[in-house]
Amino acid sequence: MGSQKLVESITENQLRDADFFPDFHVGDTINVHYTIVEGEKERIQVFQGVLIGQKSRGVNATITVRRIVANEGVERIFPLHSPRIAKLEVVRQGDARRAKLYFLRDRVGKSRRLRDRRRGLKN
Amino acid sequence: MSKALLGKKIGMSRYFLEDGTNVPVTIVEAGPCVITQIKSEETDGYNAIQIGYEDVKPSRATMPIIGHDAKAGTAPKRFHNECTMENVDDVELGQLLDVSIFEDVKYVDIIGTSKGKGFQGGMKRHNFKGLEASHGVKRAHRRPGSINGHATNLGTGPKPKKGKRMPGHMGNKRITCRSIEIINIDTDRNLLVVKGAIPGANQGMVIIQQAKRLNRKKTAAVS
Repeated sequence: MGSQKLVESITENQLRDADFFPDFHVGDTINVHYTIVEGEKERIQVFQGVLIGQKSRGVNATITVRRIVANEGVERIFPLHSPRIAKLEVVRQGDARRAKLYFLRDRVGKSRRLRDRRRGLKN
Repeated sequence: MSKALLGKKIGMSRYFLEDGTNVPVTIVEAGPCVITQIKSEETDGYNAIQIGYEDVKPSRATMPIIGHDAKAGTAPKRFHNECTMENVDDVELGQLLDVSIFEDVKYVDIIGTSKGKGFQGGMKRHNFKGLEASHGVKRAHRRPGSINGHATNLGTGPKPKKGKRMPGHMGNKRITCRSIEIINIDTDRNLLVVKGAIPGANQGMVIIQQAKRLNRKKTAAVS
């Protein structure tokens, strides 16, 4: 077995089931329910924003979510298979023509929004 | 230092612990190793075992190695290493050691050969600051600066001190990483999952041994 295969096989049991994730794509607005541990207590925080990038490398898969808080762009990178992610929901489907939406970082105001992805229609 | 194995660095990944924390891990193949020689107080003046790891084609091995390993009844091995033992009464020649010896061990020391970096300047090799970017500095921005005066009164005389840190070959050196936490053990495939990075490139040979000394926090965790 090659090295890469060995690494993958040892982290296999860490992966989330495929049906845990909704069908999401780059450009969608998503809600990430993330467990936050404060000392003894645990609570769930919802981070809503546009999915601007995705990395899929087995257990190293991450998603980058961008939102605007008090006029300041905030990006968070979540490990997709982390047990701390309680839930993922798609709020709105956006139309994106590229895999990484880094151009959104330079956009201000209305141009920050993405077109809706209508079902069955290639706009 | 009774518990030691030879192994190979496989690669790095991440691991989620039970409480959800995410730790960087290195996967190491540890063993199986064969005891190829036993040294005892009477014959050698000290107690030790020599272990061999990874079969090598007999056509690639030298006759002395083939003969030496044949005494233990095994095929010639690529790597051999000696580890001192307190007593060698309960080990025998040709005995197989695998990763299960680390099952009750929490921390290990890992020794490897770091990646070679070639000839490097003082800034990369020893974290020197270099000279200034401007204020009259010309073509000397990354130089180490003065290495000594031509007459110092420190007893060193008109020569740089021995061991003065200077540019030179960096890396490709034996490095020991102490008290690395074991996250998981796969006894079927002889794999160790340890926390953090270990020296060397993937496929590089490493020596894994029980941690020699632990800091206060880790000692508390073990007991």
